Amino acid sequence: MPLGGGYFKTTYAGDLALVDTRLRRTALAAALLALLLLPRFASSFVLDLITQTALAAIGALALNLLTGLAGQVSLGHAGFIAAGAFTTGVLVEHRMPSPLLALPAAALVGAVLGVVVGIPALRLKGLYLALGTLALHHVVLYACGEFQNHWGANTGVSIPPPRFGGFVLKGTIAWYYALTAIAGLVLVLSVNLQRSRTGRAWMAIRDREIAAESVGIDVARYKVLAFVWSSALTSVAGALFAYQRAFVSVEAFGFFLAIEYIAMVIIGGLGSALGAVLGAAFVTLLPYGIDTAVAALRVPGGAEYYLFPLKFGAFGLLMAAFLVFEPQGLVGVWRRVRNWVFLWPLRYRPLRSAS
Amino acid sequence: MTQVLATTVVVASLYALLAAGYVLVYRATRVLNLAQGDMMTLGGYFLFFVAAAVPGRPALSIVTAAVLSALAGFAIYRLLMRPMAGHPIFAAVLVTVTLGILLRAAIVLVYTDRIRHPLPLLGLANPPRRLPGGAVVSTFDLATVLAAAALFIALFAFLRLSPLGIQMRAAGEKALLAAQRGINFQLLFALSWALAGFAGALAGILYANNVRLDPSLGVLGLKAFAVALVGGLDSLGGVIPGALIVAAIEVLSVRYGDPLLADVSPFLCLLAMLLVRPWGLFGTKEELERV
Repeated sequence: MPLGGGYFKTTYAGDLALVDTRLRRTALAAALLALLLLPRFASSFVLDLITQTALAAIGALALNLLTGLAGQVSLGHAGFIAAGAFTTGVLVEHRMPSPLLALPAAALVGAVLGVVVGIPALRLKGLYLALGTLALHHVVLYACGEFQNHWGANTGVSIPPPRFGGFVLKGTIAWYYALTAIAGLVLVLSVNLQRSRTGRAWMAIRDREIAAESVGIDVARYKVLAFVWSSALTSVAGALFAYQRAFVSVEAFGFFLAIEYIAMVIIGGLGSALGAVLGAAFVTLLPYGIDTAVAALRVPGGAEYYLFPLKFGAFGLLMAAFLVFEPQGLVGVWRRVRNWVFLWPLRYRPLRSAS
Repeated sequence: MTQVLATTVVVASLYALLAAGYVLVYRATRVLNLAQGDMMTLGGYFLFFVAAAVPGRPALSIVTAAVLSALAGFAIYRLLMRPMAGHPIFAAVLVTVTLGILLRAAIVLVYTDRIRHPLPLLGLANPPRRLPGGAVVSTFDLATVLAAAALFIALFAFLRLSPLGIQMRAAGEKALLAAQRGINFQLLFALSWALAGFAGALAGILYANNVRLDPSLGVLGLKAFAVALVGGLDSLGGVIPGALIVAAIEVLSVRYGDPLLADVSPFLCLLAMLLVRPWGLFGTKEELERV
């Protein structure tokens, strides 16, 4: 990503480096330190918000691999999350509540589902692919519903807090550390995938499939690989969701959840890991932001009743606004701001580049 | 047995009304309108609104609600879909998703999420009718079948015989060529959306009278696009066999299988169709990727 002001990378190592300048290294260290020390200062409400954002970010990063990098549209993301959550549920029901078993099992189930979707997806494009993933979502939910009705309690399955040997993961602060750490790992993983051979192949397929094939990329293999990576990561996110909420129920994984995840990657900016995280934060925090705004405005009584449709509508409106006016999402805004700062007081960058 | 047959035809008619909306919009603008189900809900609430304002006038209420829905379809095209021209199709499809969200939010904002029944406001009753052969259906079930039949006959006549309908087919087939022959394709696209709104409203009005009215009716719309896809997304004639197949599988799986299957069987049909013939039974054949 060339910056304004004539800053160019001159070596491959420089191009591949995750953090390349001293400013970025300092900023990264400061951010890590802030995240580490935050529980000392912040209220448990703030910590809980960050935890939720981190959980959403894992799913959004996984969807970004599939839709943003490989260009494969999926409306079935909620189905993969449900698959992971219910894998945990099934294992708990069978007296195997250990996360050391459940997380890899969820990843495996997700990967298998990824192959199941990925292979037919080779024949389908665009709209038809979206429909296929949507149908899959309903099939997975049906299977989960059957499980819930027949084996679980009717309303859902309770999940005990995860236990690693003698250590029990419980409480806001523990979950905050655990999920931000995992989200950080997934972030590094997805940035790594993006700059590696796999990620470049995905982007080539996204941009022009025939050209990608003609330079020797095995399109079929990489497409299935995208589905497998994405759905495995998503299922792990689902398993974590189950542990964190301590409860799984089919009702939590409706079509709207899939829309929320798509909104995250679109509002954040398709194809960018930073965008997925920003979008996850935006979509997670939006309802709380509206709550705060309404509370600050001191709307007269009865306003609580209008809050739900208001949040719902604001979500739809923002998603539509980003689709129409800012297809590059929050990352696009961020890039413009950054370039403006770099170039100030001039307005245009010296050399036109593709970004 | 006759009961199963009758139920299948009734369910198929409701699906056919909804799927007609999908096909009309898809043929014109190549966009899959995922808000079709919510446009159906909107039609139901328009009926409730008019019926609450002038109670006891069923014909007036139903016609006004259907016309309002058609106008809403027109407005949706002008305000939301036309700016999406030139954007990727998927972005346009997502805009219809957000449209569904907005419609539902607006409905909850005005009418809350309580279940409503417009039937008493209209001053109508919904007595069960015994058909020859022994099957029993409600009056509005019959009305649904008749409405679907009438709508399809009218649509076929319109698209085959009237100049405007022929222009609409031309614009849907190749907008550029149509425009060069002086066809106002923007108007025709808007008209397609209006017709889709009208068809959806018919489904919504009948369903609201027959069963109930609540903001989450739109879920039915998702099932109906399995119908549109099985028949062929760009084939209006395919909707009828598509609806019958999907409805038959749904009714049979509920009767002989598991009630939970009702929600998923249309999607199983959809998946099976996507694997074998993604363009549907009667759709225009599209080239598949070879692996």
